[in-house]
Amino acid sequence: MSYKAKFRIWRGEGGEGRLEDFTVEVNEGEVVLDIIHRLQATQAPDLAVRWNCKAGKCGSCSMEINGKPKLGCMTRMSTFGEDEVITVTPMRTFPVIKDLVTDVSFNYQKAREIPSFTPPSDVRPGEYRMKQIDVERSQEFRKCIECFMCNNVCHVIRDHDENKQAFAGPRFLMQIAELDMHPYDVADRQDSAQDEHGLGYCNITKCCTEVCPEHIKITDNALIPMKERVVDRRYDPLVWLGNKIFKRSAAK
Amino acid sequence: MDIERHEFDVVVIGAGGAGLRAAIEARQQGKKTAIVCKSLFGKAHTVMAEGGAAAAMGNVNPADNWQVHFRDTMRGGKFLNNWRMAELHAKEAPDRVWELEAWGALFDRTKDGKISQRNFGGHEYPRLAHVGDRTGLEMIRTLQQRVVALQQEDYAVHGDYEAYIKVFAECTVTRLLKDDAGAIAGTFGYRRETGRLMLIEAPAVVLATGGIGKSYVVTSNSWEYTGDGHALALLAGARLINMEFIQFHPTGMVWPPSVRGILVTESVRGDGGVLRNSEGKRFMFDYIPEVFKDKYATTEEEADRWYTDQAGNRRPPELLPRDEVARAINSEVKAGRGSPQGGVFLDVSSRLPAEEIRRRLPSMHHQFKELADVDITAEPMQVGPTCHYVMGGVEVDADTAAASVPGLFAAGEVSGGMHGSNRLGGNSLSDLLVFGRRAGAGAAAYIDGLERRPAVPDDAVAEAQAEVLAPLERPGENPYEVHHELQRTMNELVGIIRRAGEMAEALEAVEKLRERAKGVGAAGSRIYNPGWHLCLDLRNMLLVSECVARAALARQESRGGHTRDDYPDMTADWRRRLLVCTAAPDGTSVNVQEQVQPSMRADLITLFERGELSKYLTDEEMAEYDLAVKES
Amino acid sequence: MERSLMTQTTAESPARRQRAQLKARTLRTDRWWLAPVLTFAALASFLVYGFWAMFDPSYYIAPYVAPFSAPCLLEVCPEGARVFGFAPIGDWFPLPPGVLVLGLPGGFRLTCYYYRKSYYRSFWLSPPACSVAEPHGKYTGETRLPLILQNVHRYFFYGSVLISAVLTYEAIVAFRNTDGEWGHMGVGTVILAVNAVLISAYTLSCHSCRHIVAGRLNHFSRHPLRYRFWGLVSKLNARHMLLAWVSMYTVLFADLYVRLVAKGIVTDITFF
Ligand SMILES: Cc1cc2nc3c(=O)[nH]c(=O)nc-3n(C[C@H](O)[C@H](O)[C@H](O)COP(=O)(O)OP(=O)(O)OC[C@H]3O[C@@H](n4cnc5c(N)ncnc54)[C@H](O)[C@@H]3O)c2cc1C
Ligand code: SF4
Ligand code: SF4
Ligand code: FES
Ligand code: FES
Repeated sequence: MSYKAKFRIWRGEGGEGRLEDFTVEVNEGEVVLDIIHRLQATQAPDLAVRWNCKAGKCGSCSMEINGKPKLGCMTRMSTFGEDEVITVTPMRTFPVIKDLVTDVSFNYQKAREIPSFTPPSDVRPGEYRMKQIDVERSQEFRKCIECFMCNNVCHVIRDHDENKQAFAGPRFLMQIAELDMHPYDVADRQDSAQDEHGLGYCNITKCCTEVCPEHIKITDNALIPMKERVVDRRYDPLVWLGNKIFKRSAAK
Repeated sequence: MDIERHEFDVVVIGAGGAGLRAAIEARQQGKKTAIVCKSLFGKAHTVMAEGGAAAAMGNVNPADNWQVHFRDTMRGGKFLNNWRMAELHAKEAPDRVWELEAWGALFDRTKDGKISQRNFGGHEYPRLAHVGDRTGLEMIRTLQQRVVALQQEDYAVHGDYEAYIKVFAECTVTRLLKDDAGAIAGTFGYRRETGRLMLIEAPAVVLATGGIGKSYVVTSNSWEYTGDGHALALLAGARLINMEFIQFHPTGMVWPPSVRGILVTESVRGDGGVLRNSEGKRFMFDYIPEVFKDKYATTEEEADRWYTDQAGNRRPPELLPRDEVARAINSEVKAGRGSPQGGVFLDVSSRLPAEEIRRRLPSMHHQFKELADVDITAEPMQVGPTCHYVMGGVEVDADTAAASVPGLFAAGEVSGGMHGSNRLGGNSLSDLLVFGRRAGAGAAAYIDGLERRPAVPDDAVAEAQAEVLAPLERPGENPYEVHHELQRTMNELVGIIRRAGEMAEALEAVEKLRERAKGVGAAGSRIYNPGWHLCLDLRNMLLVSECVARAALARQESRGGHTRDDYPDMTADWRRRLLVCTAAPDGTSVNVQEQVQPSMRADLITLFERGELSKYLTDEEMAEYDLAVKES
Repeated sequence: MERSLMTQTTAESPARRQRAQLKARTLRTDRWWLAPVLTFAALASFLVYGFWAMFDPSYYIAPYVAPFSAPCLLEVCPEGARVFGFAPIGDWFPLPPGVLVLGLPGGFRLTCYYYRKSYYRSFWLSPPACSVAEPHGKYTGETRLPLILQNVHRYFFYGSVLISAVLTYEAIVAFRNTDGEWGHMGVGTVILAVNAVLISAYTLSCHSCRHIVAGRLNHFSRHPLRYRFWGLVSKLNARHMLLAWVSMYTVLFADLYVRLVAKGIVTDITFF
């Protein structure tokens, strides 16, 4: 059950390049990454692509297939017609190193700007007690495999490179939400989410959620709840007044 | 071509669990630390681990403690383990797991809010701390974020995130460099992204490069697992032990062909999944070996009761150690009772409600749905053995993780001894943490004791450079061909079931491939050129494959991850013998020697009962045991 | 800031800071434009209807009040159209009563997280669809005026809880006959009742509601009751988009029905 498929793949170094045509054998059950590997082994040994696990677990093989951000290892060839031309390009939001490999250092830089988990100083390892229901929300976000496709698809930076400075991207806004909801985290994250990491740039158009291979409800469960928490802190006079009167932190 | 140069105190090669934990420790002890890894930061193989990390915290069953864990580990490894490592591992694992929690890890919880623990093959009590079936991801993310947290601390003090800990992502180390006195002086390698050569001068190197699975066709391992650390150590003059022991995980996917080998986590069985052959029979009951007879259920009823009442029943035979299950599946398939695609059936759909399966095994559900069009809540999976883990590795001192070469340390899958002839599921993740930390501390202590920094000799750099650039300078054979050939050879001739003749054949084939590998070449530039990278990896895979084949040929018994058709029995005599591989610095000849396994300390050996030990030990050793019991 | 941009992967060649030089706005091959077009059409037609309904005088026929004009707070409203007979605004308001109250549900939907998504995509094309370039040169999202005002959404939610209550009241009152006696049920009653249920479900499924109920807490386990509610609201919330559309159409249909009956174009069938 094999056939010849037509591929157009972006080739080139440092952003310069062109779409190159290939005709390549496809067998039953294969995914796009298999085809790229076949091209490497037979027609283009220096075709650059990142991958590791081939099982959707590591988030290395992010690419754009027919214009949509996808994991190459989880995109089955059976989802395309046999005579369809399949276009494979690198992630658009990040600079290209070569072929399908992009420079994703933006993401690592943003990760570093998010203050890390801050537990209270008086709990020692082994003393943590958390109920399952209290960790479940953050656990969902920790499913993230850092494929960076959400950051890639988000129009805030995809279409506006100049926003990269001010905007952490859905992946890391979600990390802020994760930590803000962590039962033991004591750092104050709501003001900084808005002021330093650009939560306000998100217009909740949900592309991040659409592309997430882990099916994390980034917008509904992380970004919007985080926006609401920011409203508590910044824009809701009632909550503000309540806090003044009762002297307790509403978010805790 | 200029070479990029850096200076550090410690270079950690590998950013998996072991490497990151080592780097964190070295940095916490004030050492300037570099982490070098072949993939992006956070993508190392550890990310794929599913089931959990074994640690005797006793959260689910309070009867658990380090002694029980120690016994399970030794049993699983068929008493070939380095007992000191097994002891340290069992004792320290809980602290290492709790530490992760303080760094932000969110494990699944018990009712009273502690870390939940699950059952796994070979573990007497529920012991694996886990997060659904993505524990490795949680672990690597936590360690990654701990590294970032330390960098943030350094930034606050020194204004530079990378003042004390720097990650060199997508860089491959091709040689360890030694000074004239034979001590480690640095590492040589290249940046995958740019092809630029890179020299890091450092008096201590921690190897944490993981395994060797890419020498096999059917494997759960990724491209990173080309045995680099094993080969680097060999070439630097270190010794590898136990290389004949390779774990074939019983349950890898068998269909479709392109995903053959991808892992199906053992938690499927731990949570109730059962193995059946084409006749619908739960065949594992027929494969309970003599040494485990009294620990495993003999009827389906008893086995099923165990899931709810573990005190009153024996565990189901599906949870036998991996080597046993893998061999059983292999025999069933050979006997013609396999599934249509050449595996056996693994079924949870009839055992748990769909909702429960999705909750407990989300990534398995996802993996089968997406890759094989199989809904595991409604139908059985087809599974078969896949090359998964190498028990063998660099011989190290248990307490400091130091190898025989001064300044060289090793932790994680690349080190050998801890798991003996067979690793228990879940013991790797905890191994990474325990010995990663010890390696980092060992390296720091080693540096503190040094009088001066070793110097890298220029000619060593020149040689390493020539070696790396050679494939680009010749229009040679396609390296993919050589790689495929090697994979086929190892898979067919040094696989689960081994025979002397086949292994000799394999050695010849490897020899020939080595000749061919000298002629492989890479077209294209140095920028992110996978063909070139593969040319360089071939050296390592060939070297490691030869070690495996030679050691396997030498060991004339069957034990754990080494099964000989021509020597089907386990012998007490061979238990005392470890096989040690060494190689010439140019990598041309691999040499295998026997070495005596040191006897277990009296307080440890007396943790076992006489009846059990007598199945493994020689009469001489039993006499020692009797003496130890009398004295205690 | 500037220097750390490069730290993870140093030694770059100058060219690598550039994206793939692809000219196409998108390489998507599916009909990505279909969803925004449909959304645009649906939202636009609703707006047109709403505008008309605001000024349409036939909003009451006993016992039914057209939802777009409920609650009727003016003295010009017929006795039966008022909530518990109150007319707190008096008679100074010169415009039709619908204008007075429509701001609340209108604002609720306007600032709703789901509607925001749908009109940002379909009206403002920001973005029209995922991985399709938007046509704007500059983008600041909801960081400044006027869009920063979207953050008042929760006040509209509080208001809309009242509106839902009123609609429920109107639906209950529709079980009376033209003479104000209980025991009536017509097609209009059913329509108003269904509408009230769906509007309430939509209101309860609101993200702000989810937050207020318990989302703002970090320790669910200390507030078991609120956690239960949160679970319920979360279930509804997962269908917020569906509820937004369905309730939008039921309210439109209910409103139109009452007006048609009021105008005598349709006769309300009475079951008992
Ligand atoms: C699918 C799967 C599931 C598993 N599930 C479990 C489980 O449930 N429980 C359990 O305990 N164990 C499990 N294991 C085993 C366990 O995950 C591994 O043994 C463990 O992660 C190895 O960790 P490590 O730190 O030694 O190396 P790895 O995490 O593999 O990291 C190796 C690192 O070394 C780097 N490296 C390699 N060569 C070079 C070089 N030449 N230069 C520079 N860098 C280099 C790589 O880039 C990588 O960063 C599983 C393994 C697999 C494959
Ligand atoms: S929902 Fe927000 S963060 Fe996600 S893609 Fe849209 S604008 Fe970006
Ligand atoms: S949130 Fe989802 S899309 Fe974004 S990086 Fe993580 S896994 Fe990828
Ligand atoms: S290769 Fe790991 S996600 Fe595709
Ligand atoms: S009504 Fe849609 S989010 Fe509040």
